[in-house]
Amino acid sequence: MIRLNALEKKFGRLEVLRGISLTFRDQGITAILGPNGSGKTTLIKSILGMVLPNNGSILFNGRDIKGQWAYRDQIDYLPQIARFPDNIRVRELMHMIRDIRGKVPAQQDRLVELFGLGPYWDKRLGDLSGGTRQKVNIVQAFMFDSPVMILDEPTNGLDPVALIHLKDLLREERGKGKQMLITTHIMHFVEEMADELIFLLEGNVIFQGRTADLLHRVHEENLENATAAILRDRKIDRVNGHAFTRVTPAFHLT
Amino acid sequence: MFKILKYSFYDLMRGRWAFLYTAFYLALTSTLLWLSPDLSKVIISLMNVVLILVPLIATMFGIMYYYHSREFTELLLAQPLRRTSIFFGQYLGIALSLSASLLVGIGLPFVLWGVFSSDSTGEWLMVLVTGIFLSFIFAAVAYFIALNHENRIKGFGLAILAWLVFAVVYDGVFLLLLTMYNDYPLEGFAIAGTMINPIDMARVLILLQLDISALMGYTGAVFQKFLGQSFGMMLAFGALMMWVLLPALGIRWVAQRKDF
Repeated sequence: MIRLNALEKKFGRLEVLRGISLTFRDQGITAILGPNGSGKTTLIKSILGMVLPNNGSILFNGRDIKGQWAYRDQIDYLPQIARFPDNIRVRELMHMIRDIRGKVPAQQDRLVELFGLGPYWDKRLGDLSGGTRQKVNIVQAFMFDSPVMILDEPTNGLDPVALIHLKDLLREERGKGKQMLITTHIMHFVEEMADELIFLLEGNVIFQGRTADLLHRVHEENLENATAAILRDRKIDRVNGHAFTRVTPAFHLT
Repeated sequence: MFKILKYSFYDLMRGRWAFLYTAFYLALTSTLLWLSPDLSKVIISLMNVVLILVPLIATMFGIMYYYHSREFTELLLAQPLRRTSIFFGQYLGIALSLSASLLVGIGLPFVLWGVFSSDSTGEWLMVLVTGIFLSFIFAAVAYFIALNHENRIKGFGLAILAWLVFAVVYDGVFLLLLTMYNDYPLEGFAIAGTMINPIDMARVLILLQLDISALMGYTGAVFQKFLGQSFGMMLAFGALMMWVLLPALGIRWVAQRKDF
């Protein structure tokens, strides 16, 4: 179980997370939504211990993660930008991650076949295209059967076939009762896959709940329009039931 | 930590640059040995190259490796690993790969030449040891600077500046001060001033070992006269150790506090 208590993070004078408290659902897919710079990546990096919060705490299975590292054994992570050392081959990268984790991957061979990585197995990572690197990235994240998965924009650069495979894979993992946190900007993907939404805006959580619930509150047919209504027309009071008055200039973080 | 070290080391050793670096030393050392029958002269020529080039290359490798593997480091940070093991692993990987190039490039030709049956074994070893020290020191300084600066241009500039200061500027300023105040007793100042600069320290160590007073210069002579050869060497080694330790502690300090 992952729980955030009044989590705050500033980068210089920029307040990226402004006191976020929430408990993620233990099973199924949680989609973390929000415009660029709303704090999505900072939030998941805090859970991974890569970003160190200024205030507040993160509990992983009831234990504060501050200064801890062994808990990451329970988490599989798919980073946003799939960049690996250029000199090493796909085979060696997989071997290395396996070696570092000290675990035998549960489903490496199946994934390699699923994403058609066989021909690239002995290629250097620097020679692969962006989409192929993302497939390698997906395989390294999914090959261990850890109970928690954190995926940062998993659909980046994937072709339609690979995207279908990814969705199938996510459904399968959900069936195993895993907890998955996904950030994405692809609203169709969220509507299709997410069991729960968390909507971030300017470092605050303005909505946590089911997709249908959010659509109902803003009176919109689909998530794309709902997001537009929230961001453009600032129908935030409808979303969380009370006025959201703090207005800050738009900023961008990648 | 050793796993990270192992992979960083292999990653670097297989790259083009480590190969070129080794090949350069091999060519240089072989040529010098071929040109001159006098081992001491060969060692002095080598020393002059090593004292400037080793810090420069170590600085470049340290800074480039950090920026180059930045995204991969993020992936490592998400694994069940201690932060300090990731960063020390990478740093030691760089330092050891540089040292390996040096050992092969300078070591091999001398061994083939038959250095062990000559009376210059000590001096040759001293060049190698100080070269390795300088690799560790400047790789650590560069890595520390890279860790502190996300802006690559700025990090690169600062690291080159640090090298320039220690390799060139420092000696100039130091010499200027010594000549300006040469009416005063400057021995203590000279010793302290030399110990602050690892490149000077390495030079003094090699010259003390060579024991050629004409080449020692002012600081070398002061070291020998006031501290004696063995105590001077011990002090110099101590200073080099400190120079390895301080940036390493800096790396540790930043690694534990930085956001990625």
